[in-house]
Amino acid sequence: MKTSNVILQSMTKVLLFLIMIFSIYIFFAGHYTPGGGFVGGLLTSGAILLLLLAYDLQTVRNILPVNFLYMVAVGLVFAIGTGAGSLIFNKPFLTHAFGDLHVPILGELHLHTATLFDLGVYLVVVGVTMSIIQTIGGDDE
Amino acid sequence: MIQTAVTIAIICLALSMLALVYRIIKGPTLPDRIVALDAVGVNIVGIVALICIKVDTTAYVEFILLFGILAFIGTVAFSKYLEKGVIIDHDRDR
Repeated sequence: MKTSNVILQSMTKVLLFLIMIFSIYIFFAGHYTPGGGFVGGLLTSGAILLLLLAYDLQTVRNILPVNFLYMVAVGLVFAIGTGAGSLIFNKPFLTHAFGDLHVPILGELHLHTATLFDLGVYLVVVGVTMSIIQTIGGDDE
Repeated sequence: MIQTAVTIAIICLALSMLALVYRIIKGPTLPDRIVALDAVGVNIVGIVALICIKVDTTAYVEFILLFGILAFIGTVAFSKYLEKGVIIDHDRDR
């Protein structure tokens, strides 16, 4: 019997955005509340996993034409870069800086370079989990 | 007052989880066990919410939504495995 998963695919179209918004929230809320790069990355890969379950590997590759191994590399560059950036200012490795910055549209923001390090963690977690899932799940024969 | 009510509710949810664990162990077929596991997930969410009230914190609120999403994805993956034999298929037959 030919099965159709219309309900799952319609639910995925709604839930995907909710999970992505929640993962981005949990990523940015990591400084003051529970959360951070690791959980946010896992939740983002959970959203992509839901897309993989409802559709298939080829469709998801068309939607997200990203090589996830490159994403791991970019995340590691972010982490190393925020660590090495402090060496320019004659500070020890991984010294973080913060300050109030005036951003044109958003106004006064209190920014911290630990967020960039967290972004590296986020990209590494998403890349590693998605490459594991795609390697195991996708049997190309 | 609210503390005793929350304690009673936690005990009730723990008893219902015990009954669900019985169904997971005893369940004759695999779908029985999957439905019981899904219900255990919902009960865990309820218990965490009640513990949140009991220890008077909002630190576990993110966990509730997170666990709801994870339980849903796990149940969907298991059901797809039961129905099709694969979890992630390579090309969709349209």
